[in-house]
Amino acid sequence: MTAPVRPWDRELVRVGLFGAVFAVGLPTANGLGFVSDYYLNLFGKYLALAILALGMDLIWGYTGILSLGQAIFFGIGAYSIGMHMMLESSGKGVYGEPVPDFMIWNQVYALPLFWKPYTSAVFAIGSSLLLPALLATVIGVLTFRRRLRGTYFAILTQAIAFAVWLMLNRNEMKLGGTNGLTDFKSVLGFSLSSPGTLRALYVVTAAVLVGALLLAQAIVRSKTGLVLEAIRDNERRLEFLGYDTAGFKIFVFAVSAALAGLAGLLYAPQVGIITPSQVGVLPSLEIVIWVAFGGRGTLWGALVGAISVNWLRSVLTGTYPRLWPIILGGLFMAVILLFPAGLIGLAVRAKALVARRGRAVAPAAVAASGVNRHTA
Amino acid sequence: MSAWSRREFLRGSLVAGTGLAAGIGFPKILTAQGKEPIKVGILHSLSGTMAISEAPIKEVVLMAIGEINKAGGVLGRKVEPVIEDPASNWDLFAEKSKKLLLQDKVAAVFGCWTSVSRKSVLPVFEKNNGLLFYPVQYEGEECSKNVIYTGATINQQATPGIDYLMSAEGGGKKKFYLLGSDYVYPRTTNKILRLYLTKVKKVPESAIAEEYTPFHHQDYQTIVGKIKSFSAAGDAAVINTINGDSNVPFFKELANQGVTADKTPTMSYSFAEVELQTLDVKPLVGHLASWNYFMSLKTPDNLKWVKAYKEWCKGHSIPDKQCVTDDPMMHAYIHVHLWAKAVQKAESTDVEKVLKALEGLEIPSPVGKYKVDEKNHHTWKPVYIGKIREDGQFDVVWKTKSWVRPAPWSEVTYPGRDCDWSNGGKGSFDVVGGKRMWLSDKS
Amino acid sequence: MRALAVVLAAAWVLTGLGGVAAAGPGALDLESVARRLAAPATQKGALGELAASSDPAVERLLRALKDGALYVWKGRLVILGDDAGLTDVAGRPLLDAQGQPAQLGSGQEAVALDESHFGVVQRILERFEVLGKDPAKRQSAAFKLGTSGDPSAIPVLARAIEGETNRDVRAALEDALAKLRLRAPDPADRLGAVKQLGRRASEAAVPQLQALLAEETDPAVRAAARTALQDIDRFVAQRNIVGYLFNGISLAAVLLIMSLGLAVTFGLMGIINMAHGEMLMLGSYTAYVVQEIFAARFPAYADSYFFVALPLAFLVAGLVGFALEWGVIRFLYGRPLETLIVTWGVGMILQQGARLYFGDQTSVNSPTWFRGGVEVLTGLIFPWSRIFIVGLALVALGALWLLLYRSYAGLNVRAVMQNRAMAACLGVSTRRVDAVTFALGTALAGVAGCALALIGTVDPEVGKTYIVDSFMVVVLGGVGKLVGTVVAAVCIGLSNKLIEPAIGGTAAAVYAKVAVLVIVIWFLQWRPTGLFAQRGRAATETA
Repeated sequence: MTAPVRPWDRELVRVGLFGAVFAVGLPTANGLGFVSDYYLNLFGKYLALAILALGMDLIWGYTGILSLGQAIFFGIGAYSIGMHMMLESSGKGVYGEPVPDFMIWNQVYALPLFWKPYTSAVFAIGSSLLLPALLATVIGVLTFRRRLRGTYFAILTQAIAFAVWLMLNRNEMKLGGTNGLTDFKSVLGFSLSSPGTLRALYVVTAAVLVGALLLAQAIVRSKTGLVLEAIRDNERRLEFLGYDTAGFKIFVFAVSAALAGLAGLLYAPQVGIITPSQVGVLPSLEIVIWVAFGGRGTLWGALVGAISVNWLRSVLTGTYPRLWPIILGGLFMAVILLFPAGLIGLAVRAKALVARRGRAVAPAAVAASGVNRHTA
Repeated sequence: MSAWSRREFLRGSLVAGTGLAAGIGFPKILTAQGKEPIKVGILHSLSGTMAISEAPIKEVVLMAIGEINKAGGVLGRKVEPVIEDPASNWDLFAEKSKKLLLQDKVAAVFGCWTSVSRKSVLPVFEKNNGLLFYPVQYEGEECSKNVIYTGATINQQATPGIDYLMSAEGGGKKKFYLLGSDYVYPRTTNKILRLYLTKVKKVPESAIAEEYTPFHHQDYQTIVGKIKSFSAAGDAAVINTINGDSNVPFFKELANQGVTADKTPTMSYSFAEVELQTLDVKPLVGHLASWNYFMSLKTPDNLKWVKAYKEWCKGHSIPDKQCVTDDPMMHAYIHVHLWAKAVQKAESTDVEKVLKALEGLEIPSPVGKYKVDEKNHHTWKPVYIGKIREDGQFDVVWKTKSWVRPAPWSEVTYPGRDCDWSNGGKGSFDVVGGKRMWLSDKS
Repeated sequence: MRALAVVLAAAWVLTGLGGVAAAGPGALDLESVARRLAAPATQKGALGELAASSDPAVERLLRALKDGALYVWKGRLVILGDDAGLTDVAGRPLLDAQGQPAQLGSGQEAVALDESHFGVVQRILERFEVLGKDPAKRQSAAFKLGTSGDPSAIPVLARAIEGETNRDVRAALEDALAKLRLRAPDPADRLGAVKQLGRRASEAAVPQLQALLAEETDPAVRAAARTALQDIDRFVAQRNIVGYLFNGISLAAVLLIMSLGLAVTFGLMGIINMAHGEMLMLGSYTAYVVQEIFAARFPAYADSYFFVALPLAFLVAGLVGFALEWGVIRFLYGRPLETLIVTWGVGMILQQGARLYFGDQTSVNSPTWFRGGVEVLTGLIFPWSRIFIVGLALVALGALWLLLYRSYAGLNVRAVMQNRAMAACLGVSTRRVDAVTFALGTALAGVAGCALALIGTVDPEVGKTYIVDSFMVVVLGGVGKLVGTVVAAVCIGLSNKLIEPAIGGTAAAVYAKVAVLVIVIWFLQWRPTGLFAQRGRAATETA
């Protein structure tokens, strides 16, 4: 660690507090009856998505590469564990056949070859983490080494996401088509209908999120992190200085893909379903929106964005079933127009306002307060 | 970068955290008895691809709830709808059903249109012992304890459609182009229809073509071209299980490329009056649909119901042109009353008791009496085949003589398999050596 | 086999003769046939007698029987008209003793048609449709008679051909007649029919020709049938290629027209406008609103609505685009990703606003002259709506090109886009140019939406369907290059529509699309800045 010690310590305190609230506080509140199982489960989903946002922030917020294919990596993670869970509960479906139900209506009566390794939980978990990283590396080598960048990279990943989504929707892929994978009965031997399993899953998710946050911070604060930011701010100059920017970009792309896979791994068992609608262009764009809404280029911003947007959507679709897209859309506009640095920017401004009242700090301090105003 | 680590940051996130915590709310410790309203959930997409079909269903469900409340409610308590918008997103369906069952603790849920959405909420209902009323025709091969299926099974819609097309008045068709959206309902339906055509109707495999397009598909140029060559000899029909808005470009393309109903009729299973309003009807006149209800049926009860709905539309700013009724709406309307009647009969909203009360329960519908099967959670109903008229309505050209028994498991795919939830029944079973073998025991 | 042929031939001769006889005036004693028709015991026989008739009075009689409008009045058979008046079987109005139009007494029952004869009556009645007023109905009735394989329809067809003036209907009648003659007892007749069908390359006759080939004994007819089938095959293959090309071009036009607007806002200005699809939607809804207004206020000119809707869509989407630029986007120049999110929000609001205001069930009907299409080859129709879109895409492209590259305003636009500071120094109002250029881009989207309403859906989500494809086209073509957009649209359109039939199977549409995407991905990887790359500093800045 080359980063200064003091802020790092503070950061650790913050992460610790975050962990205490979400990994310990909420489950305790649930145990005491203050928070219902449903909400705990819902927060489990948000926290899993927050991991996804962290990865997006690493590659987009810090490195300035807009990847519109993050949802594919998320999908690989979720489908990997989903396939394992399907096999774990095989025979318990509507048809009582040894293969997952959707195969029956597609007239597949023997388990396809590529499904077989997924009977092993270790393989499934490994595949949900490593396969996205591997795919990202391949895409990265093919694109970054060819100096494909900026909008072109975004559109290229979008094309890949679109193609994957189209294929995944086909029932011929033997992955459940539009229906995706659903009706999981148990994960790693624990029944998913028991509240205890879901509670445990929540705690695991919260803990993994804290871990992912620490990992991301370690990357950001290392020398690599500085190079990444330099790539965002002026890649050409960095190249002239002799850095192999492509290598760094491939690295961060792979890490963000692995984080997305991890998010999928934790998402599927908690939500109980994974479908192609989570694996396409639109969900990829949504991840971008969470990060921007929370505050791009700050890890906390990604967390806050992912959790708040998803939570807002859950609440609004119920409270204002007719008006929610208008409210949410308006909120996106308002936050970005008024607080270009997202919710975190808002917090910083609010702080500055308080500080000005208290200590009469010059407004210039606001601009210098670390909010990123860089562009891609 | 170092500047962003500030104490206030922490404060900010704490504030956000408290906000979130306050928003999630705490469970009501007190569940007041007596006059507290009974909550029921409405789970239909109000946005996204399926909104075209599902939004009107929400209206009739609300209308039925209004009628029940006006008549004094159920068990002396008002019925309170909890509306959620799952936005045509199957994952959101699962989340929303969890919310309705666990958070709102609704007594019943009226919801879903596509089989995908039903399949995605099914585990939630089964795990939490909820009660789902499902109003749409579907592919069968399912028989859940926690679902009441008021729509048609394959033998109540799809196979009669084939019978009609092959009959003399249907044009004596010999070749069939099965075209659908790529998901469970069309896939399963076509799987069964293919067997039905080849085994029962002795149609050769070569006379059957099958194709699937994704949801929201817009480009039917090539497919209609294929249909045209397939039906050049005039002895073919299209079996259409396309869902939602894709029907619009499909039918427009049919009309534009000159595929007419009298030469190559299209028999639709997911396309009713509501969807028809989104099209220029004139070129479609003569195409067919098979349903258990048509708005044009001239029964006194139906006229009354349609009139009531028209008034509802006026009160809810639904343009008159879009104010039509169709089969799933009719089923959605009666299943609310069905639930209310069962609750009255059971004198409880408890799922087990309501299910018991529903066995064999009869209820008046706009097209005569409806009955829940004593055993298998589906309903008995007549089958009608209608031809599209110039005014966007259907002309009934054929109907079954009597009610058709619901068969969730088709005879051609699973001979002898059936479903029974009455008197300790455990759902689907096979008959092996004269004895019932429950599918749920098999594993 | 031979026995069958003999029986068929006999039937053919008998009915044929009967038909010829019936066609002569006065050959059929209507009154007496009607009387036998009314008696249950002789109903079947009487129907057999009428089967080959082409007399219009028979149609009237049978229709009355089927609709339950045939009654017995004062001992004779009468037909009850829609105006409650009575006519005799020949169609003459009947008067009662007072000289007033005759009325039926109440409670009288109509002559019953036995249920088992219903189908027979239906078929005979269909036969009369070849003599009807509506050409489309005549054509389809001719087709049905042709495929019925029932030689008793020959006289009706022959009579219909005599009086037919419509070219298409006449061709259909001749085809039908030829198809029935394939079963004629005389080999020469059959040979003539086979040759005729082969000459016309009649795809619809393939099953009949194949059936003939399986049964035919005469070598000459067999050979002719085989050649005819080959001719038809060859024709169909050639025709399909023409069809695929047209499909490709029409898809290219669709892609082009929806990408033109984006080529301006994204390609030229570099603004990622996620609400572009919603601008397209605005165009579709403009068409819908104008159509509704016309239907309500000027029903006589209902068909002309489209020519009002098209410019109006341009204006509406342009104005909304102007407002969007002025109210939102101008604060975000140089921050493309913030623009992305804000316009995403705008898109959500517009979408739901449209849903709340219009509802989900809206439709745009093509004007009647856009219905159907032009039959370029037998069985291959180019729909007018698609031809129109191809034309409109070309016109829009031409206009845009003239505006950008051949006008002073266009010069200003290009100057600002290439070097904003320098343009401003030279006195160009960059603010105004930005706003107007953006509005132009969205206005083009509006036009696209209006045109696409002819072939697709009009719903709040319509924009979503097209947006991904549009970005793909612009990027593949090379950002900022109009010619690139055109070439990309044509490449994607053609390759998609040529790949699709080549794949076949249950999912050709999807696989073709995926194949095209893979090609695009591979291409971008190989040539990262698109087909027509911008060179120089601008390229580095947009990248």
